[in-house]
Amino acid sequence: MHAVMNLTFTEEEDAFRQEVRAWMQEAMPEGLRRAAQGAGGLNFEESVEWHKLLYAKGWIAPHWPKELGGTGWDATRRFIFNEELEMVGALRISVLGLSMVGPLIMQFGTEAQKQRFLPKILRGEEFWCQGYSEPNAGSDLASLRMTAEDAGDHFIVNGQKTWTSWAQNADWIFCLVRTDPAAAKKQNGITFLLVDLKTPGVDVKPMLTLGHAPAFCDTFFDNVKVPKENIVGGLNQGWTVAKALLGHERTLLALIGPSRHVLHKLKHIASTKTVNRRPMLEDPKWRAKIARLEMRFRAHLMVSYRALSDQQKGKMPGPEASILKLVGTKLIQELTELAMEVMGENSLTWYNEGVCAPIEESIGPYFCYERSATIYGGSNEIQRNVIAKMILQLPSR
Amino acid sequence: MDFELDQEQQMLAKTVSDFAKNESPVERFRKLRDDGTGYDPAVWRKMGELGWLGVPFVESVGGFGGSFIECAIVLENLATTLVPEPYLASVVLGGMTLARAGNATQHESYLTPMIEGESTLALAYSEAQSRYDVSAIETTATPDGSGYRLLGEKVWVLNGHRADHLIVSAKASGGVTLFVVPREAEGVNVTVAKTIDGQEAAFIKLDNVAVADDARLGEEGSGAVVLDRTMDYAAAAAVAEGVGIATTMLQMTVDYLGTREQFGVKIGSFQALQHRAVDMYAESELLRSISMASMVRADEEDPRTRRGDISAAKYQLATGGIWVAQQSLQLHGGIGVTDEHDIGLYFKRMYALNALFGDQEHHVARFASEPSSF
Repeated sequence: MHAVMNLTFTEEEDAFRQEVRAWMQEAMPEGLRRAAQGAGGLNFEESVEWHKLLYAKGWIAPHWPKELGGTGWDATRRFIFNEELEMVGALRISVLGLSMVGPLIMQFGTEAQKQRFLPKILRGEEFWCQGYSEPNAGSDLASLRMTAEDAGDHFIVNGQKTWTSWAQNADWIFCLVRTDPAAAKKQNGITFLLVDLKTPGVDVKPMLTLGHAPAFCDTFFDNVKVPKENIVGGLNQGWTVAKALLGHERTLLALIGPSRHVLHKLKHIASTKTVNRRPMLEDPKWRAKIARLEMRFRAHLMVSYRALSDQQKGKMPGPEASILKLVGTKLIQELTELAMEVMGENSLTWYNEGVCAPIEESIGPYFCYERSATIYGGSNEIQRNVIAKMILQLPSR
Repeated sequence: MDFELDQEQQMLAKTVSDFAKNESPVERFRKLRDDGTGYDPAVWRKMGELGWLGVPFVESVGGFGGSFIECAIVLENLATTLVPEPYLASVVLGGMTLARAGNATQHESYLTPMIEGESTLALAYSEAQSRYDVSAIETTATPDGSGYRLLGEKVWVLNGHRADHLIVSAKASGGVTLFVVPREAEGVNVTVAKTIDGQEAAFIKLDNVAVADDARLGEEGSGAVVLDRTMDYAAAAAVAEGVGIATTMLQMTVDYLGTREQFGVKIGSFQALQHRAVDMYAESELLRSISMASMVRADEEDPRTRRGDISAAKYQLATGGIWVAQQSLQLHGGIGVTDEHDIGLYFKRMYALNALFGDQEHHVARFASEPSSF
């Protein structure tokens, strides 16, 4: 009997990581690097700049098929690449385009839609936002009310979408709209529709988030004319299209890279402080506090490695991958909270310059922003409902 | 990166799991507990014949040249029905120590018969004051002629009341040293103590026990390093067993939620209980995942790459594993607190595993003190 179980990356994979890291070191301008590590992270213009650098390198869409501009990397290399990206604090701006609407257009779109939309997403010429939630349709998404009335070759769209993150900078929005109010099951009356945000009648109102970046928006639609060719996946098939996304990149919400990043940051911050006139990082109590979260991180990391090991073999991840979002989002909140605690009074700082070290300036806004982690992408309560039903197969009422 | 068991490992898992289910269901544990027999030497021999006792050892001593992973597989699956034979005590604690510290003659005399199922071993390392520090011992080994005299007292020796041979740690002039001592040697006084999980362990008084020089395992002073290593194996073993316990408890609880009715509905339809069950599932999968890391790392020679995941795994047992045990009991309601229901037996076994080979604070402190983890 010989063990084949293997928890480490191969030499080639480690070399790949080094290559990615070295390129990021070299290609990322100092200004971007500082911004990525500072309070609030990259703003829109900086993100676009980073997007274009990644595009020029050919690395903007590793998960896309090679012929459409992907890299041809396997699951492990994609995982490593994402982790390195997250470690420099600079995720691609166009997650909504590259990871959400892009793959859906590939799967459900017409040939014309593919040619019209995909290249512009890839080149960073058009940015997307998501129009799912409404003021009265949050966790109960299927009760959404924004209407699209049939007007011959086009729809007339009316209603409001909320939490349309980055809409103030986006060119297009992908929406779930009600096209059949009479459908017996409310899920069956919904269509997936692409809307040009420059169309008359669309009004975007950004709102500040707790992290103070204007990430969220309300988007209003007042008699907006949308051509029927912008339907993706067929009339009244929107729910099916939206559900397909749930399977995509589920592992991204494990937040492995961001957790590692915060762990590094908080240790670094601790190394600059003293407790009882001795370095904080030498204090057993503080070391123990950090150790507890780091051990938790290791267990979480192993769950995501199990999923990765399946993906690498071309298999769907096992049921345990369903806990990645639950555990990862809670962990990032605990880590950012510990970072605040390590900072002590410096955790009061809020977008100052020259007051605290830049690395400390980044913590408060990020801590506030990650309060959304347990809410976005299907709140953790909804996740539990789904796991209880789908995986544990507990009875419903 | 590959987390899949190979075919032989999968087959081993299935064989052990089938054995547990069919030949040693929980009633067997219960019966042997209640009649005071504890475990059955005939079953131990059968485990030897099936090759389970030799999985981590090299061929030259009668083993199968596997790795610690195979050991963990056996432990996890035996735990699913609380199989009482002393696998952890004899194969992991006694066997792994002997394999690393002993010479060829000693392997032949003590290890090979154990692998064949003809005998069992026990490791007497802990003392009343030592609390997870294998070097904090007061038992002494004083030179006497060509051999030694052992004087001291060992506590909570798993299988110490039944083992054919004890491996005993004692302080010689060169430092902590290991000796093989027949349990029936003169001056070895064994007191049986019941444990929380329905098993037994031994308190052992060594009253000037005479041992020959060839009973010494390795050089004088070599014992602490070996024991430290054994404790890592044992912690990984406890975690593997904990995975078997946690998954079984979770499944029993989910089954109960799906059958028990109150207020005219299955209680598993209540959202509060569903969410609890999902969190239990998350903790038990975290435990399984980090256990995989710890069983692979256990064979690493370099402590810097070995210890981190083992401590992280034992920490997850102490936090998540214990929490799963607590909630399983809670969700069973009153019946869970009776001895007649099995869930409580698993609950108590989880607490026993938690208390052995370093508790939560021990592993947090150890992890925190390693520069490699910071």
